Amino acid sequence: MKPSPLTYHRPRSIDEACQILADVAHEGKVLAGGQSLIPLLSMRLAAPAHLVDIGSIPRLDAVSSSRELGVTFDALTTHSVLEADRGAAQVQPLIGRGLRLVAHPTIRNRGTTVGSIVHADPSAEMPAVLALLGGSVTVRSVRGVREIRSTDLFAGPLETTLEADEIATSVTVPAADPGVGTAIDEIARRHGDYALVGVAAQVRVEGGAVAEARMTYVSAGELGEVVDYTDVLRGASATDDRDPLWRNLSEFARERIDTEPDIHATARYRSQLVAALTARVGFAAAQDAVLDGAAVHASAGGR
Amino acid sequence: MAKATHSIDEQLAELQEETGEQHLAVTFTLNAVTQTVVLPSRTLASDAIRHHLRQTGTHVGCEHGVCGACTVLLDGKPVRSCLVLAASLEGREVTTVEGLVEPDGTLHPVQQAFIDCHGLQCGFCTPGFVTTIAAFLEENDSPTREEATDAIAGNLCRCTGYQNIRAAVLRAAEIKRERSGEFPLGEDDESSRASLDPKVRGTTNPVGGRAGRA
Repeated sequence: MKPSPLTYHRPRSIDEACQILADVAHEGKVLAGGQSLIPLLSMRLAAPAHLVDIGSIPRLDAVSSSRELGVTFDALTTHSVLEADRGAAQVQPLIGRGLRLVAHPTIRNRGTTVGSIVHADPSAEMPAVLALLGGSVTVRSVRGVREIRSTDLFAGPLETTLEADEIATSVTVPAADPGVGTAIDEIARRHGDYALVGVAAQVRVEGGAVAEARMTYVSAGELGEVVDYTDVLRGASATDDRDPLWRNLSEFARERIDTEPDIHATARYRSQLVAALTARVGFAAAQDAVLDGAAVHASAGGR
Repeated sequence: MAKATHSIDEQLAELQEETGEQHLAVTFTLNAVTQTVVLPSRTLASDAIRHHLRQTGTHVGCEHGVCGACTVLLDGKPVRSCLVLAASLEGREVTTVEGLVEPDGTLHPVQQAFIDCHGLQCGFCTPGFVTTIAAFLEENDSPTREEATDAIAGNLCRCTGYQNIRAAVLRAAEIKRERSGEFPLGEDDESSRASLDPKVRGTTNPVGGRAGRA
């Protein structure tokens, strides 16, 4: 349970980091918070010859948020800092809601959200949240800067479309639209552990009924896949979860989402969790849209 | 030990020659003492603290971030030391369970509370719990039972019982209040009574003994 021998680099600027990564070609790996990478090194599931620790590069930990531009957070922004950011919570509440499910507070103190996203673990919450919300990852290399849209980011489990010499420097997600609610929930053996199944939902409500519904999954289905349930759910009541459409959604999701067995749960049990959570989280998102709308009306009336 | 005439860079080059792997000199503050330690670059912070600096209070359990036994405070925040490279500690400040004791030997409120409530049990997971709870109480000095349960959720104890540990969280909050000159019972009456509950404190008496029924 120790990492294999490696050469450690501590660049002082992002340009220097890009140069090192370019020099070591495919032998390098970027280290930020390390909460996902270091276990992989210790278990020798990964054995990069060069580790580029970006942890001491200054001014790489900002969070900015606005209604127009959404929320942008840098590569060294930890989960706990982003989770506590009030601007981010106002502009896009699903970020904070998702982060509260990421591991334990001790891990969130060091782990970075950008790192978690580009680690692309299908059982992690933040890749699913990014996929659902859309947005983009800004990456940098000696060749320049480019943006990767969330729809183009995930190539497979633990695999993204970043090139070997590229460093993810920030992630941007759009602001929440009025009338659109979000929710995320998961079932884990211990709160803070990897979820057996997790679901994130984004639901638009018009006149008290669902007009649009999209969801992503954690530990189920395909990484980064956004499932559109609008056809199944259109017209469902946003205030009454006894509406038969919600039950239909459960059954539909069970058919639609593939689940795999592992040491913690059978595929069939996971499938049941998918069915139950899809309806529960979908309804919570619909209610969130209604509450959000009510808040907008209340503040408008107050003026 | 290298000769005094050798510079650190020469030492590092020699070590690389001998072992075939990169060595680093890392300077950081451990329990208020700033020191430089020379180690292979792949060394984890937990191993640097235990093996290179001989502060064996920090325990290593699962070595992949699940159990929490190796939790230390990094710049005041609890982190898993098995998930941090020693090289990343450069310039940072680390506090282990040893560093929580006051200079005059007075135990930290959390350490005292673990004794009072028999939160140590077998003792292996204790350092991780103590550091985690010490940091938690800095942010919330009068937790409820639920908050106390939440605060320790990231640490595993294999003695099967978390009751005494949870009682220790509440007791530590009491001790903190008392030491700062406040009334020891907090605003949350239920949690104060819970931490004083003799049932909680007396559940792990010596086998066959009658002691401990305070």
